[in-house]
Amino acid sequence: MTGNEIFARLNEVFRDVFDDDSIVVKPATTANDIEDWDSLEHITLISAVEKEFGMKFKMGEISSMKNVGEMAHIIAARATR
Amino acid sequence: MQELNYPFDPSYIIKKRKSIKRELLADGSARIKKKIAVFGGSTTNEIINTLELFLLNAGIEAEFYESEYAQYEQDAVFPSEELLSFKPDIVFVHTTNRNIRNLPEVADNKEIVDEKLKAEFARFENIWNSIRDKFHCPIIQNNFEMPFYRLMGNKDCSDYRGRTNFISRLNQAFYDFAEKTEGFYINDINYLSADYGLKEWSNPSFWNMYKYAMCFEAIPSLAFSVSNIIKSIFGKNKKALALDLDNTLWGGVVGDDGVDGIEIGQENGVSQSYYEFQSYIKQLKSLGIILTVCSKNDHENAIAGLNHPEGILKPDDFIIIKANWENKDRNIAETAAELNILPESIVFVDDNPAEREIVKAQLKGVQAPVMDSVENYITTIDRSGFFEVTTFNEDDLKRNEMYKENAMRNAQQASFADYGEYLKSLDMKATIGDFIPVYIARITQLTNKSNQFNLTTKRYTQTEMEEVWHSPNYIRLYGKLIDKFGDNGVVSVVIGEKREDTLHIDLWLMSCRVLKRDMEQAMLDTLVEKCRQNGISKIRGYYYPTKKNGMVRELYGTFGFTKISEDENGNTVWELPIEGYENQNRYIEVSDNE
Repeated sequence: MTGNEIFARLNEVFRDVFDDDSIVVKPATTANDIEDWDSLEHITLISAVEKEFGMKFKMGEISSMKNVGEMAHIIAARATR
Repeated sequence: MQELNYPFDPSYIIKKRKSIKRELLADGSARIKKKIAVFGGSTTNEIINTLELFLLNAGIEAEFYESEYAQYEQDAVFPSEELLSFKPDIVFVHTTNRNIRNLPEVADNKEIVDEKLKAEFARFENIWNSIRDKFHCPIIQNNFEMPFYRLMGNKDCSDYRGRTNFISRLNQAFYDFAEKTEGFYINDINYLSADYGLKEWSNPSFWNMYKYAMCFEAIPSLAFSVSNIIKSIFGKNKKALALDLDNTLWGGVVGDDGVDGIEIGQENGVSQSYYEFQSYIKQLKSLGIILTVCSKNDHENAIAGLNHPEGILKPDDFIIIKANWENKDRNIAETAAELNILPESIVFVDDNPAEREIVKAQLKGVQAPVMDSVENYITTIDRSGFFEVTTFNEDDLKRNEMYKENAMRNAQQASFADYGEYLKSLDMKATIGDFIPVYIARITQLTNKSNQFNLTTKRYTQTEMEEVWHSPNYIRLYGKLIDKFGDNGVVSVVIGEKREDTLHIDLWLMSCRVLKRDMEQAMLDTLVEKCRQNGISKIRGYYYPTKKNGMVRELYGTFGFTKISEDENGNTVWELPIEGYENQNRYIEVSDNE
């Protein structure tokens, strides 16, 4: 899977979770860039991303990921679909 | 919305939550508004989010109060002003085994463990009593899921020092409390977590990272379960099943294969599965669910199939059998009309997806669960929560019998040329009087179920009804009707509030199955009599129109009340002077309950 593909699919997940079709995620995107992205929505987001790519984040990764780029990096290594 | 009916996809609901909510709110359906306080022992954010969706889907628009993190006990025992003024209609206590404070230790002796159990139960009992005392509303309380590890292995369940054993005993204490307490309902997370898979359900990372006491994807199952209890409390349960026959109640097509060719009984796995499904349906009947048939078949073939010697359901088990070649939506609409219930109270059970789609498209609100293969039939109906039981009384047990008697009455009516002669032939006897304890549950249930013959559609919780019952400011009447075909049970309720010389009617309802029998007149006669005894000189009646109660728009007018006002929404107010009133009931022999 290419980085572009991952970002295209991630973008869909973000749009669904935050119910906002104007969202465009980039490697540097962080919670500060998306209005509704608080700690509670973060759980929803992680759950939806895991489902989309058929993988699980490790506990330590969830709190240490700094931006969407790091998330995509982990997905690239572990995705099963 | 199909996405929120069983079997829903939890990840879809979690991901699409916001757009699902938007769609539901925009679908134009009428919903009742309720206030729900959630007292959590762990994070409840997503639980409330998802519960909101399931309730909207069930016709309930909820406003929520959410405890600060894990403040369930404080909110129950020392509620803030804000919480008190919120005045919840329901309190849901979302606690889990993470909230048990006094767990047993291996070094404890039996007495110490017994003390711990007592202390833990007392803590919860105090919470419930305080909620009842301060909020006067129904309580939904989780029981406890099993622990996610067992220190002693299998012995953990039988040894008093085992947590598994302790939690089972604590759960039993909760059930004993539930059994003797009205308006207290257990949300069975012990079953839900087993059903979901305890290992996944109690994945500890969700607790350690977010303080959720269950895994994220299990939240929709929990919320669905709570929503089923709430919709049942507010009278939104389904009432009847409309069952297809071929490949639904038996395998094969009776018209083609003949009675000997259909699969039902003990012969093989498939026939046993149909047998088990019929047995499940028969058990639903004993809960008071009305059974009807809706099948494309020649009538005689349908009856022959139902008389199969190996089958459990017989023609007699069904109140109405529609076996013909009409469209099914039309048959179901007729069935609803004949039973005097709304089409949306019927669940349509058919293996044919095309039939299900037509019925759902033509009859708004009728649910038609996906019946894909016979081995899944029971699970599908059972998990859908159509018939969630919150109250269960004698009338529920006898409901099918009562509808059957009604069918006999209709047959008798057809044999009389004069309607008055027919009513006379019924030998009707009514008991009409003030509420008595055995009927409080049934009376409350009626206020939440009756939509058509209901002038104000005022709903009461059990606690509110008990308050009315204990207050000297009300005149209350229930009416019970018996005729030569059987006992109809409690069929009518009137509640009026005394203010100076006027009685204001807060509630007037009647079950539609006794319509046009003079029962409403008999209730009025007794009401006027009670007014005379209480020094009341006039009765004021109110009619508030809803989508469903058009049949009683002119009821007070036909009683002889004078309309004194009407607003732009069609709400009307009526008045009747007590003096000069003459009794109107002609056919029912009435006695008081004293």
